[in-house]
Amino acid sequence: MSIQPMIEMNGVTKAFGPKKVLRGIDLKVDKGQSLVIIGGSGTGKSVMLKCILGLLSPDAGSIKVDGTEVTKLSARDRKKILSKFGMLFQGAALFDSLPVWKNVAFGLIQGKGMNKAEAREIAIEKLRRVGLTPDVGDLSPAELSGGMQKRVGLARAIASEPEVIFFDEPTTGLDPIMSDVINDLIVECVQDLGATTLSITHDMASARKIADRVAMIYEGKIIWEGGKQEVDHSGNDYVDQFIHGSAHGPIQMQLLKP
Amino acid sequence: MEAPVSNPLAIIGRVFLNSLAEIGRLSQFAGMSIAHILRPPIYWRLALQQMWLIGYNSLPVVGLTALFTGAALAQQIYVGGSRFNAESVVPGVVVIAIVRELGPVLGGLMVAGRVSSAMAAELGTMRVTEQIDALTTLSTDPINYLVVPRLLAAVVTLPLLVLVANIIGVLGGFMIGTERLGLNAGTYLQVTADFLERADVISSLVKAGVFGFIIALMGSYHGYNSRGGAQGVGKATTNAVVSAFILILLANLIITVIVFGDQT
Repeated sequence: MSIQPMIEMNGVTKAFGPKKVLRGIDLKVDKGQSLVIIGGSGTGKSVMLKCILGLLSPDAGSIKVDGTEVTKLSARDRKKILSKFGMLFQGAALFDSLPVWKNVAFGLIQGKGMNKAEAREIAIEKLRRVGLTPDVGDLSPAELSGGMQKRVGLARAIASEPEVIFFDEPTTGLDPIMSDVINDLIVECVQDLGATTLSITHDMASARKIADRVAMIYEGKIIWEGGKQEVDHSGNDYVDQFIHGSAHGPIQMQLLKP
Repeated sequence: MEAPVSNPLAIIGRVFLNSLAEIGRLSQFAGMSIAHILRPPIYWRLALQQMWLIGYNSLPVVGLTALFTGAALAQQIYVGGSRFNAESVVPGVVVIAIVRELGPVLGGLMVAGRVSSAMAAELGTMRVTEQIDALTTLSTDPINYLVVPRLLAAVVTLPLLVLVANIIGVLGGFMIGTERLGLNAGTYLQVTADFLERADVISSLVKAGVFGFIIALMGSYHGYNSRGGAQGVGKATTNAVVSAFILILLANLIITVIVFGDQT
């Protein structure tokens, strides 16, 4: 008997007009596992995440979360599934109309109907967890630096103790040291919760730190998958080119050619 | 994929098809938003907050518009009326013109300029910074959280604003009429009250409610569906205001024809 995977995608395709972004994604993430998807810009990484979350609906294929097919759910069932998820967005996506603590507590208050005092306490606790002092809670997101916004975003993603957490380019736009701090926090928070995570990134340092397994996406397909240690000797030219960051290899960027 | 630019028929066809598609998308958005009003939760606090932003903050601009328009109207009608020795029609024509047409239309346009643009800019920014997606991942329906409060607030607030605009507009006419044109104050008010009918007031408020719906719908629709960064948000803002203006004027014509069309 095999253990049911937390996320399972089979033959998922998605096109925007004539542009085929996903061309048949097959992917499996086991419970408690941390899968990092690497790939260049514009290869369909974000679209894939949005399909799982139901923010976009795929043209074909099946997506199962914990055994439930999520591509054709009613609004109510989708909400139930979404309560298992947390997500850290690329630009943190904090609500700038709300103070920091209300951002962190948002899912607890609006999603779960918790009373404010209790939610505030949890929010402060989560802020501390990501290394921010309680007084940050009363600031507005616009007053924070990029690294602090990322931390608040992380605190918001873990506040409702989700079973699955998505990280969309968690280190983009941060300096190398702050990137490492965020990576460490991600690893710690995920261990605390025992959550399943799916991350997308093009930062190899980040991938090496937070991944159990790594998969590479290219032209809308998963072209390689393996353990973290196998990345360096995958025997796959595409993966090699990507992790070495070389302009020369099978992957040709869509540049303007004379 | 670009069709040849030289063929005028192709251009006309493309514009026509695009506008049909846009009308379809808009209707779908409107239908979805109305369906969400019936599907809790309704965020009353956010609706109250929006009522404050739409209503109270629009009072100065709407009030001044009505005051100046009412005053100018009284002056013009006096000049026109005096050619037939009919200066006494000033209060009656002013009140009818203000309550039936100018109060709701000018009030609606002023609020559309202020509010549709602000809504489109706010929701558009939330869209391009992924805040709307973030709402969904936090188990909160963005239509319920963002669009429904704005629609409810605008539909409730606009009639109140237009009521105030009507009163101030009549007041503007009264001030010019009594201070400058030498009309008798008591007679002015008496004629105003005699001319005004219940149907005028009701149609005025119905128009205002419809305009409120249009204002919030256009602001929300263009903001919610904006894409492409700062430029996209700018475009959404412009489109929200322009489409709100056109739809308000069109809706006004339709309501006027329905309510007053068979009176001779």
